[in-house]
Amino acid sequence: MLTENTEIDSSDAPSGEVAETPEQKLSMSRRNFMKHSAIVAGAATAAACSTEELEKFTQKRLRELSQPELQALIKRMEADYKKKFKKDVDVRATPAAEGVKFGYALDLSRCIGCRRCVHACVKENNQSRPTPEGPHNNPIQWIKVLEMEKEKGIDLTDSNAYYNPEEVPREGHFYMPVQCQQCENPPCVKVCPVQATWKEPDGIVVIDYEWCIGCRYCMVACPYGARRFNWAEPNLPADQVNTNTHILGNRPRPKGVVEKCTFCIQRTRAGRYPACVEICPVGARKFGNMLDPKSEIRAVLESKRVFILKEDLNTQPKFFYFFGI
Amino acid sequence: MAAAESPKKFFSLRFDPLLRALLMTPLAIALVGSCQSAPAGKAAIDLPDPVHSGPVNLPPAQLGLPPDPIHGQKEETKGFPVPKPPLSKEYWPCSDCHNESQPPNRTRRELKDEHTNIKLHHDEANRWCLDCHDAENRDALHLASGVTITFDESYRLCGQCHGTQYRDWKSGIHGKRTGMWNGEKQYLLCVHCHNPHSPHFKPLKPEAPPVRPQSIR
Repeated sequence: MLTENTEIDSSDAPSGEVAETPEQKLSMSRRNFMKHSAIVAGAATAAACSTEELEKFTQKRLRELSQPELQALIKRMEADYKKKFKKDVDVRATPAAEGVKFGYALDLSRCIGCRRCVHACVKENNQSRPTPEGPHNNPIQWIKVLEMEKEKGIDLTDSNAYYNPEEVPREGHFYMPVQCQQCENPPCVKVCPVQATWKEPDGIVVIDYEWCIGCRYCMVACPYGARRFNWAEPNLPADQVNTNTHILGNRPRPKGVVEKCTFCIQRTRAGRYPACVEICPVGARKFGNMLDPKSEIRAVLESKRVFILKEDLNTQPKFFYFFGI
Repeated sequence: MAAAESPKKFFSLRFDPLLRALLMTPLAIALVGSCQSAPAGKAAIDLPDPVHSGPVNLPPAQLGLPPDPIHGQKEETKGFPVPKPPLSKEYWPCSDCHNESQPPNRTRRELKDEHTNIKLHHDEANRWCLDCHDAENRDALHLASGVTITFDESYRLCGQCHGTQYRDWKSGIHGKRTGMWNGEKQYLLCVHCHNPHSPHFKPLKPEAPPVRPQSIR
């Protein structure tokens, strides 16, 4: 490379010695003028905005940050949240553990469609609450429970997510909760033009909210409709903030970014079960390390007939459905 | 040559009538012996059987029987990190009322004076209270084998009939676990979710449905 450069430099040198025409002189000076004015304008902008904003503007993507840079960023985020919510929000960046590949299984024969998981998820993961009276209603739920008819079987097109009877389960119906399937071969990651979403070593597909440009390509690419977009500033009342957060997970999001289920990364990377597993009143949800032969998820995979959604798309989800009875 | 000859020799030996007779003798004796011992075994069953006719609350060890040879006790008594069973404060401990002053009434009947709130919907045609609750030790349950167990181990009792669920529960597929996926976890007992007297799940009111996209402003 170096030799190439020197060669180019040496070949350029004679051409530089050729006498410049008046036009050329003029164009050069115009270029210089533009260059200088751009520098001046940039400096003026930099002077006008605070160092904090400048830091945000020049922020590198999360994956490229060194440990001290990451710690500085977390400190800045925590200060921002403190200002916004008037309480201490703990932002962590716990990395994926060695020898861990998360898997999830859901027993469709048990699920009664009570939506306890949906609302536990909203609370745990700081999702935007509905504001029917406000001008910017931006309700977000990461889990969608589909009601289907037993006679028709698993039929996604005829399913109903808005059922609201007095009591569930309804006669002749069964329920299928759908959330991010944490694909091994995630199409959302493939389409992101800025690489703001990727698959972590433990299998969780995460989003860098600082880097997401809100183009929503990933939402189109996801065959499971698992991604949600913040169309407006999320409505997260300060008293409802979950202060135990992860930088790639449930930390309060800004407007204009995409978000989705992360298997409760803030909980599971600390060894705990996801919130939906712990709330489920019928014990339909199973979670664990697929590389651990003694885990519940392995017991399910080894002894039950599991299936995955839209297998033909080769997304290879790590979210399995089964009928436990 | 020798190798080829020896099987031939053996073959001829096997069919030598004298040798065959000699070989068959012990077999015949064994067969006759087993036929003779069969009535003796039957006679043993005709004797009063403490397990099947007497009180069923004594463990096999107390009855002078060996421990269950097929299933053993190793895994069953291993114990699981279960929380306290949901015993009603109103009635627990049962021995407060069911003590020496009240000899157990073993006749199967509908309860009219006490425990009228319990409506048995759990194979009620074939079962009643004392099939699970122990008549001698009221603060305990008993298995079909007569072994008494505490309420903390009630999963062993349920597992006698619901074998597939018990198997799945032990490996974490049936039921619910909370805590750490890679460490200490709590297993809920069967009775934390299923009322043992009426185990079928009761319907629930669902939580609020999502907002339809067209009603988002």
